[in-house]
Amino acid sequence: MLGLQTAIHRRFFVNIVVCVKHIPDPNLPGEMDGNTLKRQGVQGVLDPGDEYGVEEALQFKEAHEGEVTLISMGPEVAMEAIRRGLSMGADKGVLVSDDSLAGSDALVTARVLAEAIRKSGSFDLVIGGVESTDGYTGTMAASLAEFLDIPQVTFAKKAEVSDGTLKVNRQTASGYHVVECPLPALLTVTAGANEPRYASFKGIMAAKKKPVEQWSLADLGLSGDDVAIKQDVSSTEPAEERKAGEKFEDDGTGAEKIADFLAEAKVI
Amino acid sequence: MAKIWVYAEIDHGQLDPTALELCTKARTLGDCEAIALGPGANDAAKQLGEYGAEIVYASDDEVYSDYIAQPNVAALAELIGENAPDMILFATNYDSRDVAGRLSAKLGTTLMSNVMAIDSIDKARTAVFGGNLLVDVTLEGTPKLVLVRPKSWAAEPSGGEATVVPVEVDIPEETKKAKRVERHEEEAEGPKLEEAVVVFTGGRGLGDPDNFKYLDELAKLVPDSAVGATRAVVDSGWVPYSYQIGQTGKTVKPSVYIAAGVSGATQHIVGMKGAKRIVAINKDEEAPIFQLADLGIVGDALKVLPALIEEVKKRKG
Repeated sequence: MLGLQTAIHRRFFVNIVVCVKHIPDPNLPGEMDGNTLKRQGVQGVLDPGDEYGVEEALQFKEAHEGEVTLISMGPEVAMEAIRRGLSMGADKGVLVSDDSLAGSDALVTARVLAEAIRKSGSFDLVIGGVESTDGYTGTMAASLAEFLDIPQVTFAKKAEVSDGTLKVNRQTASGYHVVECPLPALLTVTAGANEPRYASFKGIMAAKKKPVEQWSLADLGLSGDDVAIKQDVSSTEPAEERKAGEKFEDDGTGAEKIADFLAEAKVI
Repeated sequence: MAKIWVYAEIDHGQLDPTALELCTKARTLGDCEAIALGPGANDAAKQLGEYGAEIVYASDDEVYSDYIAQPNVAALAELIGENAPDMILFATNYDSRDVAGRLSAKLGTTLMSNVMAIDSIDKARTAVFGGNLLVDVTLEGTPKLVLVRPKSWAAEPSGGEATVVPVEVDIPEETKKAKRVERHEEEAEGPKLEEAVVVFTGGRGLGDPDNFKYLDELAKLVPDSAVGATRAVVDSGWVPYSYQIGQTGKTVKPSVYIAAGVSGATQHIVGMKGAKRIVAINKDEEAPIFQLADLGIVGDALKVLPALIEEVKKRKG
């Protein structure tokens, strides 16, 4: 009985915001639209890297109690990414969509998401993927944490929340560090952190009834000047391609061919 | 002359070698100065001077290594206010990426990421689509903030000597939040992956973590070689994170790169396409890795690798 009481006592409420991005399907070749990545009219998906963020949030919610809000910035089609996260089990969604945001860089994205997170209410934890699969700058999350004036713990391969504290195994170049951080905080999770669940049929049906909101820049009290991009692409050109060399079907002499190649390169 | 700063990351008392590459470039763009924060910073100043830093702002204070990013950003912001650099170069690695990202927001200055070449203080080059499309970007803002991929160019000493200026910034309590409480190292044996002449890399196609034993054995037989892995197998827990090659892992430029059971996702390719020669073994003849390989073997790595071990042993006599 005492054990049960302890367990109940240890449950608490976590308000979680997960940043999600709708990206062109990474399995299709990328296209440019002038000098920015083409996003409109391209087959899109929820960034696979963000699924780990959604899963982590859902696991926290299940271990404790809480609410999971998905926030995204993008064209209207990005609502698909939010629906996908809702069908996994998130509670509600917010899309910030505005024509003046097309082609935004990481800094502008962070500024807009920070305002959207503030407007959506109080939060204990903001979760994201470590980097987007399409742009992979990997700096948006840290900028977002600075705008929200909260600490960030990136590259989590394992994370847990207890009352008011986040504890993370954070990947490093030569191993990992255990990091402790008071809430509210921002967390980014690697693909090693969890195994994202599939959306069930029931989940997909339920998602259709979950509340979603769409906000413009004006709804956030931001103007075009706040989101002006200060960086210009001056030119693009195809990289010099590495030429494919010889390719052989292994007929039992594959190892010999590799050994010859290594000998020729003078490494054996 | 423009004032070019290098944010020299110190990890556990050691200078991140990419800082020397950044100094090498910085001294061609203007007056090179470096910022080194955390225990080991004053020792690192000598090396930074040898690669072109004229001034090193240094502090051995543990606050910079005990807590993540925020104290470093606070110190940087104050130093920037006092010294007005034109540009700051950061290396793309775990901690510097966070520091640069936060600083970008704090200053409201755009941060240019994944840079692989800098022609002048106004122009940097990056690549998208896994390095297939090169993009030149005009840099704006004061200071210009740039995150550079490791090994984008070689480090060359200038034989200089730096003047060390102590950093004495009062670090606000509210920045001491994300605290490192334990450090776990998972160092591999043999030469460091980044310095190996030959790299044997395993991917999901090896089927089972146990099959990395073939790569380990080859690494013992071939001098100056090391074992690497793709993100997929590292994320699956087959081998430690220190093995990871690619966008979020290490960048390698060995003489020969041998990819076994590696499909060649763009995430991986950006970390190894600088290899002088590439060998690929994969069952799937359509695997993208074959488009880069000088020698491609379409076959089962689990048959080819044991045979290769015997072949190398035979030739070693």
